[in-house]
Formats: sequence, C-alpha cells, structure tokens
Amino acid sequence: MDHTPRRIFAMISAGMRDEVLKSNTPWYCVSCYFCTARCPQDIHITDIMYTIKRIAVEEKFYDNSKASDFSKTFINWVENYGRSFELGLMGIHMLRHNPFGVFKIAGMGVGMVTKGRMGFTPTKIKDIDGLKAILAKAKQLEAQS
Amino acid sequence: MIYSYFPGCSLEKNAASYNISSIATSTALGMEFVEVEDWNCCGATEYISLNLTASFALIARNLAQATKNDSIKQLVAPCSACYLNLRKCDKYMNESPKFATKINLALAEDGLSYQAGTLKIRHLLDVVVNDVGLEAVKAKVVKPLHGLRIAPYYGCMIVRPDFGKDKKDGPTFDNTEYPNTLDELLKVLGAEVVDFPYKAHCCGGHMTQISESTGFELIRRLIKGADDYHADMIVTLCPMCQLNLDGFQGPMNNYFKTGYKMPVLYFTQMMGLAFGIEPTKLGFGSELVSARQALSKIGVEVPEPEIPEQKPRPKKDDKSLPMPQIPKKSG
Repeated sequence: MDHTPRRIFAMISAGMRDEVLKSNTPWYCVSCYFCTARCPQDIHITDIMYTIKRIAVEEKFYDNSKASDFSKTFINWVENYGRSFELGLMGIHMLRHNPFGVFKIAGMGVGMVTKGRMGFTPTKIKDIDGLKAILAKAKQLEAQS
Repeated sequence: MIYSYFPGCSLEKNAASYNISSIATSTALGMEFVEVEDWNCCGATEYISLNLTASFALIARNLAQATKNDSIKQLVAPCSACYLNLRKCDKYMNESPKFATKINLALAEDGLSYQAGTLKIRHLLDVVVNDVGLEAVKAKVVKPLHGLRIAPYYGCMIVRPDFGKDKKDGPTFDNTEYPNTLDELLKVLGAEVVDFPYKAHCCGGHMTQISESTGFELIRRLIKGADDYHADMIVTLCPMCQLNLDGFQGPMNNYFKTGYKMPVLYFTQMMGLAFGIEPTKLGFGSELVSARQALSKIGVEVPEPEIPEQKPRPKKDDKSLPMPQIPKKSG
C-alpha cells in the first residue's frame, strides 16, 4: 500500500488527482466496510475507493493490472453467461498472472473438484440476451453521465 | 411465512452444502422459499469497481425479477455479498430518484422495472432469528450440540455498512462491529459458544487472487484466533468466508508453515444436525478441512460426499479406436 487511506483522502482534498489514481491503495480495499461504519462524518469510504478504482481503470492510470484484471475476468463471465464461473475465473486469472502458482494451490483445486464444489462448465441464464441489452444500455448511460 | 429466495452463484456449486442445508432447515422451521426466476449474478465486489450504472443495473434485474411475484414482499439471501448488493441497490435507488430513473431506463430494455422500497431484503440469519425466533428454533432441537466449542464467524457484509444512521432504512439487524445473533442461535442449539474477537473481521475476500501475502494473513488471523480459543470449529454464514477459511486453509498453512486443521461449516448445517436431520441431507463431507473429528464429539458420522460421475467428453472428430472394454455378459 503506497499511501494510507487517511492520506488518500487528504490527497483528494488537496486536488492531487493523478497521484490518487496511480496509487495502489484502493486496490487493497477488501470491502469490509469497517471504515464506513466507524467514520464520524458518515463518509462512504468504501464507495469512494470503488470510485477511485473505476476512474483509474477508465483513464488507464493504474498499471499493475493483476488487481483490475481479476475484476475484468470475473465480470466477463457474468456479462456473457449471467452467472459467475469460479473455475474459469481462477484458471484464466492464474494463467495470465501466476502460471506457476497453479502448482501451489493444485491440492486445493483437486479437493474442490473431487468434492464436487467446482463446475466444469458455466451456467447460462435463460434470458441472457435481455441481460446483455440491459447492461449495454447501462454502459451507454454511464458514458453520458 | 413465504419469502422470495435468492441463492446466488456460490450456492449453485461451491457452497451447495449451504443451499441444501438452508432449504432443509427452513422447511423444518415452517418457512417457504420461492426461488427468484432466472436470477443472475449480483456482481460481488467486482463489477462496481468497473462500471457503476451497469453494476447496479445487474443487481436491479434481480430485484425486478423478484417483484414479478407481487404477493411476496420479502427477499431472502443466504450469501452476505448478495445480501449487501441487493440491499445497497434498493437503498441507493430509494435515496436518489435520479439514479433510480437511470437504472430503470436500463431495465426497460428488457421490459423490466423496479420501484425502490418494494422489497424488504433480508439475510437468512436475520429471518431465522427474528422472524422464526429462538424459542421456535429451540422447540425443534432434538439432538443438542452439547460439548462442541464453536467460534461464530459473521464476516463483514452481513452487518456493515450500517445504513441506519439516517433512520431511513432502519439499522442493520445486529451490531455493526460485534454482532451477537449467531452466538445466541448456536447457544440455543446447545453448543458452547466462544466469545470470538474476530467474529466480524474480514476473511480477505478476493485478496487470495490479487495479493497472496495479504489474503493469507487475513485468513491466518481468523484461523489462529479460533484455534487459540480452543474452538472445535468455525461456523459461518457466508460462502466467500467459508471458501477462504476452508478452501484456502491448506495453501495458507503452506505459506506460513503452520498446521492448522480448523473445520469451517455453515450455521444451517449445524442447525440441521440439532434438528435431527440426516447429515447426508445437509451437505456434510464437502468441506476440505475434515470435520470428522469435531463432529464425532456429538456422535455424528460424516458421510463421504457423493461425487457426481463425470462423463468423459467425446473428442470432436475422434478417429482413434475407443478404449477396449470387457463386454458385459448378457442374461
């Protein structure tokens, strides 16, 4: 983490836009909402971290792609099937970023498969075309705002 | 009591044991669940980091699907991430009519719409403890979990964030930092409940995939915490927490050269055992860290999981000879 969350907020107040967007701090946020629950000023800190991530991805500020790629791979399955797909997600993500890491967690993977906890094929929802239309429209609205 | 039911992607496969034990125990408690028709993924914590409008439109499609059955006004989610996302979407659409209009404009592409506030979104634990009630749960207990030390684990998204500060939505159903609902429920089931200091700390979420050292440290803290308190097992209510604590416990042990063997089970599985439901009907055996030893304390034998037979997929245009097989004698 290159800046503490407190410093990130001070940097936002100081208008240090590029430095904030380049920071890896928001990518360490695990969405536990402890800060939001504790903030005496009722600031939605977690949501602001999401916003920083979003702008950083959009404007290509954040160059360590491992974190943002995970979100993209996850969502790619959701956008095309309507449901998430763990095996496909972990497989693609590991091949891209840590191919040798596969051996380290091979035992876990075998366990998940033999216990019937990991499917080999993604599930597709019935109205995937409807969902795709909704998401396309939403993206168009997002671009306008 | 009838509720709309949103299982979520995890409960389809990875947390299938949570799904079947949720349905088995809620049926025993007299609740009826109607699954949301053709539901989709809630986007977890990933979509919102990429596209705001699309992420909420994705969630809102589920809310719209759930209102198709207009006699049911409550939506139950057993997964904490789904629960939070559904709740957050309803809340933000309620707060900002402009945002709600935008989301509905997207939903209209598929002839759907959602009026904020139509559904009350609940977590399964909330419904069991506050709608059914601890007295009614107690009345169903035939095999109390006497002698079992349990560390109750809530994770983050069931009690946080607290949208209740502005009094519009009502507070979360339990304390945001030190919840107690699951503790009380487990006590009613006869278990000895550990006052677990990490009960609402984070399991690491997706961190195992993007920063191993961070993810494993968050998992280690929780497992070590439960072990320090001599818990026989951790009981949780979130599929992501279960996957991290159970599935990644092995890789975490390798990373820190530790040897923890802490079983992690769902509260519905333990509730089912106390109700005298067959362990096979509660999905036991699919956990990676064996719960055999812990459960033998209450005289329960863990069955081997039934592994669905994987049929080998025939290769396309396969011209090679098939594997020879001894022909079965007929008659």
